[in-house]
This record gives sequence, C-alpha cells and structure tokens, in this order.
Amino acid sequence: MNHKKQESLQEQPSSELQRKYLQQNRRRRIIVNILRISLIVVFFVLWECAAEKKWIDSFIFSSPSRLYACFLELWSDGSLLHHIEVTLFETFVSFGIVMGVGLVAALLLWMSSFAFQVLEPYLVMLNSLPKSALAPLLIVWLGNQMRTIIVAAVSVAAFGAIISLYTGFSQMDPEQIKLIYTLGGKRRDALTKVIIPGNLPLIVSTMKVNLGLSLVGVIIGEFLASNAGLGYLIIYSSQVFKMDTLILSILILCIMSFALYGLIQLLERLTKKY
Amino acid sequence: MEEIRQPMISMKNVTYSYHSLKGETPALKDVTFDVYEKEFICLVGPSGCGKSTLLSLLAGLIEAESGELISEIKDVGYMLQRDYLLPWRTIYDNVALGLEIQHKKTTENRERLREMLKTYNLADFANKRPSELSGGMRQRAALIRTLALEPDLLLLDEPFSALDYQTRLEVCDDVAEIIRKEGKTAILVTHDLSEAISMGDRVFVLSKRPATILKEIPIRFETENLTPFHRRQAPEFAGYFAVLWEELQKASAG
Repeated sequence: MNHKKQESLQEQPSSELQRKYLQQNRRRRIIVNILRISLIVVFFVLWECAAEKKWIDSFIFSSPSRLYACFLELWSDGSLLHHIEVTLFETFVSFGIVMGVGLVAALLLWMSSFAFQVLEPYLVMLNSLPKSALAPLLIVWLGNQMRTIIVAAVSVAAFGAIISLYTGFSQMDPEQIKLIYTLGGKRRDALTKVIIPGNLPLIVSTMKVNLGLSLVGVIIGEFLASNAGLGYLIIYSSQVFKMDTLILSILILCIMSFALYGLIQLLERLTKKY
Repeated sequence: MEEIRQPMISMKNVTYSYHSLKGETPALKDVTFDVYEKEFICLVGPSGCGKSTLLSLLAGLIEAESGELISEIKDVGYMLQRDYLLPWRTIYDNVALGLEIQHKKTTENRERLREMLKTYNLADFANKRPSELSGGMRQRAALIRTLALEPDLLLLDEPFSALDYQTRLEVCDDVAEIIRKEGKTAILVTHDLSEAISMGDRVFVLSKRPATILKEIPIRFETENLTPFHRRQAPEFAGYFAVLWEELQKASAG
C-alpha cells in the first residue's frame, strides 16, 4: 500500500520540492549500499594486509586468502556442503517442530484458561532454564545422534514460543470474540475467525525469533553430540587447531543466519499482502 | 396497544449479578417488561447501570439467575458498541461473517448481501478494508452483517456512541429507516435522551445499578413515520425530552 503510493509519486513528482526529496532519498539509499559493501571489503582487505605484514599471526587469526583456500579444499571433497546441509536440515526440522508444538500448545492453553493457570509456573521455569544445561542429559538419554540435537534445539525455543503465542492469543479484544458469539458462533469459530487471523503478524514474528533460536539450539547440540554439521566442524577444528576451518565455519554460519532471516522476511511480506 | 397482542418477549422479575473475587455486583434486579412485534424500544439509564447486561441476556449470551425470560425469538441480531469489523477482512467478507459462521453462505444469501450493500451505498466498497471506510460507513456495514442473518429481533448497544455528532445523526436516520423497511423489532440501549425519543416507540427508564425499570414512556408523534431527524424538530419533542430528563434525574438520584 505504502509502497505503491511511493511508486506512483515517483512516476510523476507533484512538485519541485517533492522531486528534490525523492532525489535525496535515492541518493541516501545508494550511499548506504556503497558504505555497506565497502565496510566488508575494507575489513577483509585490512585483515589480509595484517596477515601479510605479520601484524597478526595468521595461524591463529587466519586470513581471507587462507580462508578461501580452505573453502576450496573443503568444497571440492563435498564435506563442507554436507556439514551445511546437516545444520540446515536440523534447523528446519527443529523450527518446524517448535512452531507446531508452540501453536498447538498455545491454542490448547487459550481454550482452557484453567490448564494455563495450573501450568504457568512450570512454563515460566522451563522457559528461563538455560537449556544448554539439558544437553549432557539428552546425550545420555537419546545418544550421540541427530535426534538429540533436534530435541535440544526444540527445548531452546519451544517454551518461549508457547508463552509469546499464548500471550498474543489471550490479549485479543474480548469484544471481537463476543461478536462471534452474537453471530451464533462457537469457540471454534472464535478460534478460526478471530484468534488465528488476528494473530498472523504475531505468528510471523514468532517464526522470525524461533528460526534464529533453532539455529542457536542446533549449534549447541552439535557442539556436544554429533559427527556432522557446522557446530561439529567448529568444535572439531578447534580441538585439532585448524583455525582456518573454524573461522570459515563461523563465516558460513553468519551468511546462513542472514539468509534464514531474509527467508522469513519474504514470508512476512507475503502475509502482509494477504 | 388497543388490540390484544401476544408479546414477542416477556421478561419477569429477572435478576442478574456479576461475581468476582472483590465481591458480587448486582447488575439487574426485578426487571419486568414485554416487547411486541415491530416495536422499537429504547432503554435509557445512568451510565454503567446494567443496560448491556440486559441485552446480553436477551441475546442468550448469559442466563438469568432468577426470574423468567420467555422469548418467541429464534434469531437475535446484536450490534455492539463499536463496529468490530475485522481489519484483515474485506467489507464483503466482514458482512458475510455471520453467514459464514452459520454455514448459510448460499448463492441466494450471497446475492442478498450484494443487494444490501447496494441499497446501503456500500457496493463500491465491497472489496475494501474497513480502515478505508468512514465511521458511518463502517457502522452501516456492521448493521448489514447483523441483518444478513435475518434476525427477528435487533439489539443495539449504543451503536452510535463511537461516531461524531454529524455522522451520528446520519447513521441514526439510516438505521431507523433500515429497521422500518425490514420490519424488525428492535431494542436500543442509549444514554442519549434525544436519540431515544427520536427513534423509540416506547422508552424505558432504568434505575442506577442494580437496574430495574422505573418508568415506561410511550412516544407518539402526531405525524407518523417521521425520521429520527424530523422527530427532533417536531413540536412534541421538547415535551418528551423534559419528561425523560426529569425521570432520569430521579433515576440517577436513586
């Protein structure tokens, strides 16, 4: 809507001042983009220089050229792609479970305020518990495998998701729900016509938070129990002191979380349009 | 009421209280009245006296604690204080909400909705969102949503209180005309005396909480079928206003 307005204005600027404003705006955007790109370029160039001139020890701090070499090596034997795939897969599965469990549990709690009253302190406790403390326990219970990682990641994000979704559901305008009843509706109608569509923005923002948290959970899980994935790669390479691999993994993780964020933003734009 | 008519609704000694940890709040006490077909009843009373509770009872949303409520009515239409159009639905989808909930979205009903939107000058806005409409238009849309279910009785809970004065007069006329045209029975809750006089066939004055009916004032204008706006200019208006004002003063004083 807003976007469209801007477009139509850009087609025929109504006045000299408006044209000037739009021009300034465009210039600002271009400058921001240039600065963003140069910031990262300067960072890598300085890093490379520092390593080259021995200001820093490139064995510990690595360097862009070493990272590139390391990337080519790990890429050519397919192991890097495998680690990325494993981490992404675990993240998406955990995220899916978190959202599913979060939505279902929040809806059930909404339907039974009695159940919420009973369970609230436990939810709060589980939510504030540092979940990394559970990891060793999970390894013993579930073994050194992927399901441990997924359970760990789900435990990191699920309770927060339940609480924030439930809060959103219970804060809907009671008059909007009364409206459904005055139209002859039942609880189910209140749920499908008001609670869920009215909370779509909240659901998307919860997804945003939880995709990030799932990734955090997966990396924690991989630190402790795995033989593949970027978290495993990080821990493994630190143990064998392969700093190039370690830093490369972190760099890939950066790009990955950025891409995941972009994915959710795309989804957000789609739901807004709807 | 010369002829003997069977009332559509008959309330006898109805009592209702709200319960909370802080205590019991009696809202209604010994409320007794009858409503006949195609009548327009207005309920006025001090604010917070339990008028909305009375409507909730009539709508079947809550049940009386004691007393009797006999109602011949199957379908009740309830208009809340604000339009509560759902912002994520188009106007058409909003007015169709009731039909959708009751699984009555037949081709015939869809057609009727389109007709109603046309009649009440909203046809061009069918695919717009509520936020793009003025307050008066939104209120008309809310009325269509209520009428779409073809209720026998309309309950109006201060439906104009959220509107500015000018819109209020306009919508008041619109609603009165719609109700007359559709031949509906209506009960309007308001704290605006002029509104009650300009729309009602009978006005009930309620006491402070717990509400009970203090006085029933039949409203008759020499010229029949005046619009609310014209009633406000009729010679009888000032007289009714004075009577009602006095009654309400008494009611507020307890």
